Amino acid sequence: MSAIVLNQVDPKKRRLLIIGTAGVGAVAAASVAIPLAISMKPSARALAAGAAVPVQLGTMEPGQMLTIEFRGAPHWILRRTPEMIAQLAKNDALLADPTSASSKQPAYIKGAGRAIKDEWLVLKGVCTHLGCSPTLRKEIGAADLGADWPGGFFCPCHQSKFDLAGRVFKGMPAPLNLSIPSYTFVSDTQLMIGEDPKGA
Amino acid sequence: MASIPKPAVSPSVDGLGGKILGWVDDRFPLSALYKEHLSEYYAPKNFNLWYYFGSLALLILVMQIVTGIFLTMNYKPDAKFAFASVEYIMRDVSWGWLIRYMHSTGASMFFLVVYLHMMRGLMYGSYRKPRELLWIFGCMIYLALMAEAFFGYLLPWGQMSYWGAQVIINLFGAIPFIGEDLAVWIRGDYNIGDATLNRFFAFHVIAIPMVLLGLVAAHLVALHEVGSNNPDGIEIKQNIDPVDGKPVDGIPFHPYYTVKDLVGLVVFLAVFTAIIFFAPEMGGYFLEGPNFVPADPLVTPAHIAPVWYFTPFYAMLRAVPSMFGSQFPGVAVMGGATLILFTLPWLDRGKVRSVRYRGPIYKGFLTAFIASFLVLGYLGVVPTTVWGQLPKNVPLLGGVDTATLVSRILTVVYFSFFILMPWYTKIDKEKPEPTRVTY
Repeated sequence: MSAIVLNQVDPKKRRLLIIGTAGVGAVAAASVAIPLAISMKPSARALAAGAAVPVQLGTMEPGQMLTIEFRGAPHWILRRTPEMIAQLAKNDALLADPTSASSKQPAYIKGAGRAIKDEWLVLKGVCTHLGCSPTLRKEIGAADLGADWPGGFFCPCHQSKFDLAGRVFKGMPAPLNLSIPSYTFVSDTQLMIGEDPKGA
Repeated sequence: MASIPKPAVSPSVDGLGGKILGWVDDRFPLSALYKEHLSEYYAPKNFNLWYYFGSLALLILVMQIVTGIFLTMNYKPDAKFAFASVEYIMRDVSWGWLIRYMHSTGASMFFLVVYLHMMRGLMYGSYRKPRELLWIFGCMIYLALMAEAFFGYLLPWGQMSYWGAQVIINLFGAIPFIGEDLAVWIRGDYNIGDATLNRFFAFHVIAIPMVLLGLVAAHLVALHEVGSNNPDGIEIKQNIDPVDGKPVDGIPFHPYYTVKDLVGLVVFLAVFTAIIFFAPEMGGYFLEGPNFVPADPLVTPAHIAPVWYFTPFYAMLRAVPSMFGSQFPGVAVMGGATLILFTLPWLDRGKVRSVRYRGPIYKGFLTAFIASFLVLGYLGVVPTTVWGQLPKNVPLLGGVDTATLVSRILTVVYFSFFILMPWYTKIDKEKPEPTRVTY
């Protein structure tokens, strides 16, 4: 075996080998990192827990709100009074997106009431700002919310305001109206949340 | 192989002790390390009160790790059992309340001393050349500390844990295009749940502490390479005694500053224990009221606010309105407020380092910056309606919450301290630096 002498080393070949070795090492490290990173995504069990939820409406009084859990998030069913529904049309001046043009809702939800039947409002009770759950504040002109408060939802985290159709006020931290899940009436007294109406 | 005799590094130790030390030194540079970092590490002799907070931060780091180890012996990172296991520690584990209060109070005190430590760096220009990397390691420690505190705050699984985490994770959700997927990936579920708690536990007890220890080591190595700055901001290495070759204005770290730091440690521990024994919740600022209620994914508490050390940034987040149908601007402002600290060494064009020799313009900006940070910190813990609303007849701003308007102005003040710095430090009328340290 002969000793390696400096002038026998081909620096170009050596650099190529070093780059090649380092490259293969980097690919190996990345290949291990990928399964580790993907392991942090929702597991198969978490994915499976998203079936539609039935809601019974029979015992609800006008003005009453029911909170149910659907896909881990609070969802509201509010039975609106005729006064509440009448107020909605007068709110346009206060709202950022009165027609819900840029907000998340199924295609079959239309108009100021944002509902299949105006009496029954179904909303995902999660603020579009940073995910807190707003509070129902249906009293008109509530002392802490100003004399022109038309009734609606108020987020305690960053003070975003929404009307009784979940439409966000102008100048709020929340950018969009509260979103509406897919839902359908199975009968006059039963809703199915997480399911589209037939033919929709 | 012929062994090369090493010069005796510790001639002062005689007898058996000296022999053992010599044996070790031949195999590990113990005496050399001791000299380099303690007995012959020369620190400026004019350190004042502000120089306690670095060593105190180190003390708290050790304390948090030790109490954390003992807390994990009884804590259960499971959404079903987490809240109850914390109550179990508080009520049934012998001295469990003390260990937990040391840990929870330690978190707040950690931020307090780190903020004072950073404040010291700002005032005396300790981030200036050649200490840029020292400063950057420090900023990285601060970021790691925020991550550590955030992950840890979810673990008791109370209402504030849950909704605080909800808000912070959704901050990532606001990033355009990838945000939504990123938030799901962080949570490991579509909502915060058991998967989130489990992984936050892993980050809190293993991943981030290891990063922190590495960064603290880098911070200290960088410090000992460039040497400490001092309240006068002058370089003691530029004035070396020609006879003994040591800085004229330097004194050995040990015994002088080890003893001085011990005095600070005693005073700090007196305050620390008083808090643990008499006000561990600190009126809801160290441990928040809603966190004594188990996490409920369906109900957000009436008033949510982060723990006090995050509130200046939280106030900025709240102050920025959503733009173009996205809340990302607020998130970007909040992130920018912490990341802009990294750029400080390259923004400062002043000739002097220390505030003692700066001109009135710099002093004005520094005061405004500190004031904005403190007032934003206050505004972050109270509802935006705290100062009422501007009267309706005010043009443009009528009906806006006064506190929101003040937060917006102070956010601008906070950023202008940095952004305008290259300009105002250049035109400022500075005083000449002394050639020797003063005290």
